[in-house]
Amino acid sequence: MTDPSSDGRFGSFGGMFVPETLIPACEALEDAFRTAWVDISFREELNTLLADYAGRPSPLTQCERLSEELGYQVLLKREDLNHTGSHKINNVLGQALLAKKMGKKRLVAETGAGQHGVATATAAALFGMSCVVYMGEVDIERQALNVFRMRLLGAEVISATSGSKTLKDAINEAMRDWVATVEDSHYCLGSVMGPHPYPWMVREFHRVIGQEAYEQCQKALGRDPDVVTACVGGGSNALGIFSGFVDTDAELVGVEPAGGAAVFRGTPGVVHGSLSYLMQDEWGQVLEAESISAGLDYPGIGPEHAHLADIGRARYEKVSDSEVVDAFQLLSRTEGIIPALEPAHALAWMSRARRELSGKTVLLNLSGRGDKDATQMMELLG
Amino acid sequence: MSKSPLRIEESLRKRIGGGGKCLVPYITGGFEGYVEAIYAAAEAGADAIEIGIPFSDPVMDGPTIQKANDVVLAQKISPLDILQEIRDLDIGIPLAVMTYYNIVYRFGLERFANALSESGISGAILPDLPLNEAGAWVDAASANGTETILLAAPTTTDERLEALCGQSKGFVYAVGLLGITGVRAELARSAVVIAGRCKAFTDKPVLVGVGIGTPEQAKEVSEVADGCIVGSAIVQKLLDGEGPESVGTFVAAIRSALDES
Repeated sequence: MTDPSSDGRFGSFGGMFVPETLIPACEALEDAFRTAWVDISFREELNTLLADYAGRPSPLTQCERLSEELGYQVLLKREDLNHTGSHKINNVLGQALLAKKMGKKRLVAETGAGQHGVATATAAALFGMSCVVYMGEVDIERQALNVFRMRLLGAEVISATSGSKTLKDAINEAMRDWVATVEDSHYCLGSVMGPHPYPWMVREFHRVIGQEAYEQCQKALGRDPDVVTACVGGGSNALGIFSGFVDTDAELVGVEPAGGAAVFRGTPGVVHGSLSYLMQDEWGQVLEAESISAGLDYPGIGPEHAHLADIGRARYEKVSDSEVVDAFQLLSRTEGIIPALEPAHALAWMSRARRELSGKTVLLNLSGRGDKDATQMMELLG
Repeated sequence: MSKSPLRIEESLRKRIGGGGKCLVPYITGGFEGYVEAIYAAAEAGADAIEIGIPFSDPVMDGPTIQKANDVVLAQKISPLDILQEIRDLDIGIPLAVMTYYNIVYRFGLERFANALSESGISGAILPDLPLNEAGAWVDAASANGTETILLAAPTTTDERLEALCGQSKGFVYAVGLLGITGVRAELARSAVVIAGRCKAFTDKPVLVGVGIGTPEQAKEVSEVADGCIVGSAIVQKLLDGEGPESVGTFVAAIRSALDES
């Protein structure tokens, strides 16, 4: 994958649309990241953390019973087995280490499903930093377990009560916090979105998923998979795995929730620091996304995804909540793996597209585990 | 009917030239009674008025302005509705809009610039459109003579400050503190510091906004700045249902505090 232009653009998308107050912080972050990313000692320190603390590399699982059920070969990249239960830890350890080197004492984060909030709270505990996580009021209710985990880890969880009271509003609150605390705080943004350098930096911190998966596929298959798929909210786990295969012939498929399908229902717009596809009304007011999964409940998409969609390198599909619920059960029953609702979106598409995918080999990034969704699913499924 | 709008810089220079300090009240467009509040503020001694066009995700705004935004958005009042409603105002002082970039982007840059001139609006303040990203908008705006007012923050480096003071039109909006809009108990030290830093780079009017909510704070900051912008304290009066007259009374109180200095 290519690096963004000097003005933070992937094609025509991206940029740095933030209040002047934050510009010096974004520029300082870009400088610090550029330096750290080519610094062998930083990379070694991060790799050690990823291995000894987060449990990397995550395995690649070949699915016998699911493959039989779907009629084609399925491989799972097991990000659900990382410490804290999702891919989010990759980015958070990178950013927290960088923040520490920049002399920041406090991490600010937004969270939807709570996975990024838990990961940030975890890194803050590990590095002895203070941590504030903004979470939509609606999400606090449906993800009570993760709220408890964050508090247990020593983070302060603040309810975002404006607008749709979900991820989008949590991001607004986190940015408002950062505007006031920028001197000693680092905004630990959880996806490939926001102002430059975040979309690029977060992708780079997740690149490890794709690198490992590429090597694991070579070992397991002796070739590239035909299709690589992942769910997309902001799109960090998808870019992580896509980065390992963008230079191969593999087809890249991002799967969005039907109620938050920025690529399908969106038009170019600017919110939360970058220009990308966005669900908005005719006047530019941002619409509220609706999804069974708090982690994908976002009306936009990372700018690099908008670019990949525009140039046709990746394609984007959408699935309904009911298809997701079916997929959630399918993986549990066939493979003994309870997925998070987010990657269940990609599996839902795989299940629907079984005729199209017949005879192919499909790699799914299983970005998180379903423990956090158990209560919600228990109520739904009885 | 389009008329040639009054220039903001001209109006402010007139006040400064007479030894006075400038006052720019902010009023949320579309909010019940806002047109009357604009008239009241103009009569009470404002030098220009900033009209907010509500946006769904206003990251530079605190709870007061967010709340007023939400009230207006819930009534499905569009940016165009507001621009058309203020089209024929005859208040004798220039107007600027304050909104977020997506509203402008979605409208279309040239179309928005045209809509501003047609409504007799001289300037635009877009807090999430920093200098680096402002080029396309500034070109569209300048073609119509619209003044794009840039914001300078306490964190802005001297190098950037010089560049943005050079490119800002109308005045330089100095952000008084690290934080979002809203009334604070005391004037932040940073307000005076940023005003002084801006003035070292430009002879354009330098007005401080964000965190100025009382006549005393307005007076204190204007000892260094050329004046100030007062927003949340005014919008709060509208939210509290105190009506447009209360806006006039409050603006008059700030005016007289500024005139004492």
